[in-house]
Amino acid sequence: MLPLYLQEMQSQVEAVARACGLNFFETRFILVDTKTINEVAAYGGFPSRYPHWRFGMEYDRLAKGSKYGLSKIYELVINNDPCYAYLLEGNNLVDQKMVMAHVMAHNDFFKNNTYFQFTNRKMIDEMANHAVKVQKIIDRVGIEPVENFIDVCHSLDNLIDPYSQFIARPPATRDELEDLIEEARAAAEGNQEPETAKKGAPRSYMKGFLSPDRSGAGRTGPDKTPPPSVQLRREPINPTRDVLAFLLHRAPLEDWQRTILELVREEAYYFAPQAMTKIMNEGWATFWHSRLMTHHLMDASEVIQFAHTTSGVTAQAPGQLNPYKMGVELFRDIAHRWDRGLHGPEYRACDDYEKKKHWDTGARDGLRKIFEVRRMYNDVTFIDEFLTPEFLTERLFYTYDYNRQKSEYVISSREFAQIKNRLLFQLTNGGHPVIAVTDADYVNRGELLLEHRHFGVDLELPYAKSTLENLYLIWKKPVNLITQIKDRPTLLTFDGAGHTSRDLPLASVGG
Amino acid sequence: MSQRIDPDHSRFRQIVRGQIKNNLRKYISSGELIGKKGKDRVTIPMPSIDLPRFKYGSKDQGGVSQGPGDVGDSLGADPQAGDGEGQAGSEPGQHELEAEFTLEELARILGDELELPHIEPKGVRTVRAPRDKYNAIRRIGPESLKHFKRTFREALKRQIIMGSYDRDRPIIVPRREDRRYRSWKESQVPQSNAVIIYLMDVSGSMGDEQKAMVRIESFWIDTWLRYQYKGIDSRYIIHDTKAREVDSETFYRTKESGGTMISSAYLLAADLIEAEFPEDSWNVYVFHFSDGDNWSREDTQKCFDTLRGRLLPRINLFGYGQVKSPYGSGQFLHDLEEAFPERENLVLSPIADRNAIMDSIRDFLGKGK
Repeated sequence: MLPLYLQEMQSQVEAVARACGLNFFETRFILVDTKTINEVAAYGGFPSRYPHWRFGMEYDRLAKGSKYGLSKIYELVINNDPCYAYLLEGNNLVDQKMVMAHVMAHNDFFKNNTYFQFTNRKMIDEMANHAVKVQKIIDRVGIEPVENFIDVCHSLDNLIDPYSQFIARPPATRDELEDLIEEARAAAEGNQEPETAKKGAPRSYMKGFLSPDRSGAGRTGPDKTPPPSVQLRREPINPTRDVLAFLLHRAPLEDWQRTILELVREEAYYFAPQAMTKIMNEGWATFWHSRLMTHHLMDASEVIQFAHTTSGVTAQAPGQLNPYKMGVELFRDIAHRWDRGLHGPEYRACDDYEKKKHWDTGARDGLRKIFEVRRMYNDVTFIDEFLTPEFLTERLFYTYDYNRQKSEYVISSREFAQIKNRLLFQLTNGGHPVIAVTDADYVNRGELLLEHRHFGVDLELPYAKSTLENLYLIWKKPVNLITQIKDRPTLLTFDGAGHTSRDLPLASVGG
Repeated sequence: MSQRIDPDHSRFRQIVRGQIKNNLRKYISSGELIGKKGKDRVTIPMPSIDLPRFKYGSKDQGGVSQGPGDVGDSLGADPQAGDGEGQAGSEPGQHELEAEFTLEELARILGDELELPHIEPKGVRTVRAPRDKYNAIRRIGPESLKHFKRTFREALKRQIIMGSYDRDRPIIVPRREDRRYRSWKESQVPQSNAVIIYLMDVSGSMGDEQKAMVRIESFWIDTWLRYQYKGIDSRYIIHDTKAREVDSETFYRTKESGGTMISSAYLLAADLIEAEFPEDSWNVYVFHFSDGDNWSREDTQKCFDTLRGRLLPRINLFGYGQVKSPYGSGQFLHDLEEAFPERENLVLSPIADRNAIMDSIRDFLGKGK
């Protein structure tokens, strides 16, 4: 139970947040000491996770960080309904109030941002179920094999397709295709509503707009005929980036391994939207905590402490990108631009500096706009749409690169296009390389073939090789990866005994 | 307080320990890797334990940031190194690990890896020391030591006896006489006293590298013996042609020149033991490091006499480590070998280079003396 003075504070903050238009799940704050917050943070915010040493490693790091005063976790919030958030015991009251306001905005973001719509809102329970499942498996087969297998799963858990929930992808496996055909037939006969799966079901108003329509409703006759059976022999029918799903479907796994891989995948999908909206989410929360504090919640005696903490949160070290700072500044910029109408073709076409400087259409549309933005965008689209050259110049953005001659990082550009491209690159796919399964029967030997879509940056080679070894442990036959190394298309193979690397003719690489 | 994370944390530490064990030779041969922290803690830097993934090479990727500076300005070798505001990120740590151990844990790792036998201390029979242990309960004591469970149990007992306990409304109110406090008991524990006496040749032929080797080796010897004995004393003697007792700082830093008369150190050590560490209650260890270049045969003979007559009969172990130096002849080791064909508690160990330190430690401590 929260102490009374914090309960009162919470209802005060909630009332103000609600009045400002934030719309959030019920929030439960838990007051914990440093040790516990480190523990919970190590578990990714959840009170229970399956046993694994990686959580212990994370805890070790956090515990040391807080012991030596290098880092301090102010706030920890879980995307769940009800939303759970942690307050650190012993923080001063201004900080607690600020954290509460910050959490309310996160909570609002979880609830309303479209990319979170398919996340499990009972994830706390689900995580606890996972913990029980894994514990039971450990009891049966022993800790060593389970731990080793989880290591393998973790090393592959970025091989998912976060957008697959929002875009109906063409089917990857025969089963999926047959399901689709079945669904379509059922829908066409009209005796059965297509099953609205909680994951990936497009909204009704989008029907007919999505190409290969999953719901089946918009599908017309000729489209339903299955492709020729020649194609069916090969899997995946279409390249799929949901490598984990494909492995679940096709890899020779034991039942307990399948269970574990499945739950690791589920958790990866649960966390994916948070990685996709890091800048927005933190920016939104920072925007609102400072707005609520400065407009409503704070008296004069609290200003210094508030300013001190906020400046810490938005501090900028050279060579780093602070999502709090970038996010809040971009939200403020959007609010400002829509308040004064600094957007649209007319404004863009104007080349009179003085006129532009004093431009004000009196639109006062900023707040509405940012609420719309928080609903419909993720980091990639957010940056792509709202970043302006003025914004980057005023805030002294730059790109940096590694200079091999000097063995150090140097500022490489202050050009708008460069910075924006670099940002988009780093945010695309959560900063992970885009890799898809393209063939499960490569060279007719049942080998697995992955393809890396190369966007100009090579994979870290030693890591890629070790990951292939892990993949081999699951696939149990040779695994291959097509990538580019120093502009040369290369096929990396691990056959269980050793690695080989072979140059490929340029044409064989998609991208 | 036990935490849910404990099993995961200890599993992680187990993995770290395994890594250190596998790389022990590397850690031993470059002693500077190990940082001392406070009195009984050490830190060992190690490459972070990372799970492989498909990821971009960080050097190829570069990044975006904000701040002043012109194109071409340097950001240093690793701009990601500093961790900004502490955030519970969903990203796995990309940091260098710094494993922290107590000296005891480190000693255990050393012992496991080198298969060192535990030492059977002598003097157990003679010396006993009182030790306090908090395992008793008293009726009076400071509030901070109040034993809540016991207190409430007493109150419950009393209420049941008095008939004032209501099963439906189980309210228990302890009174003054119910209070119980944690307290201590004194017990006699056998105590073994131990002292390590380090002797080092600081003559001109012992260079910096030789001294570094001595420093590393004595660190590990110290670690192991401290683990074996609670409360251990260390004394340091340096010698060239004359010997004198110094503190540890001086011992490791002194740079002298001149000749070598090993006997001077042996005589001083013998005097020290006779004066301060009677053999029936002390476990005495003497380690002597030199490049093996003694002044004269007469002096060597004097060393042997001291060893045979005054040192070896009284002490647990005499270790002679001969570090190879470009100037030393290394004759002393051969002389010792000849003079003491039977070596009960005398260990001779040549240390050719840093890589040999580990074997030398095994030589010294492998006897279980």
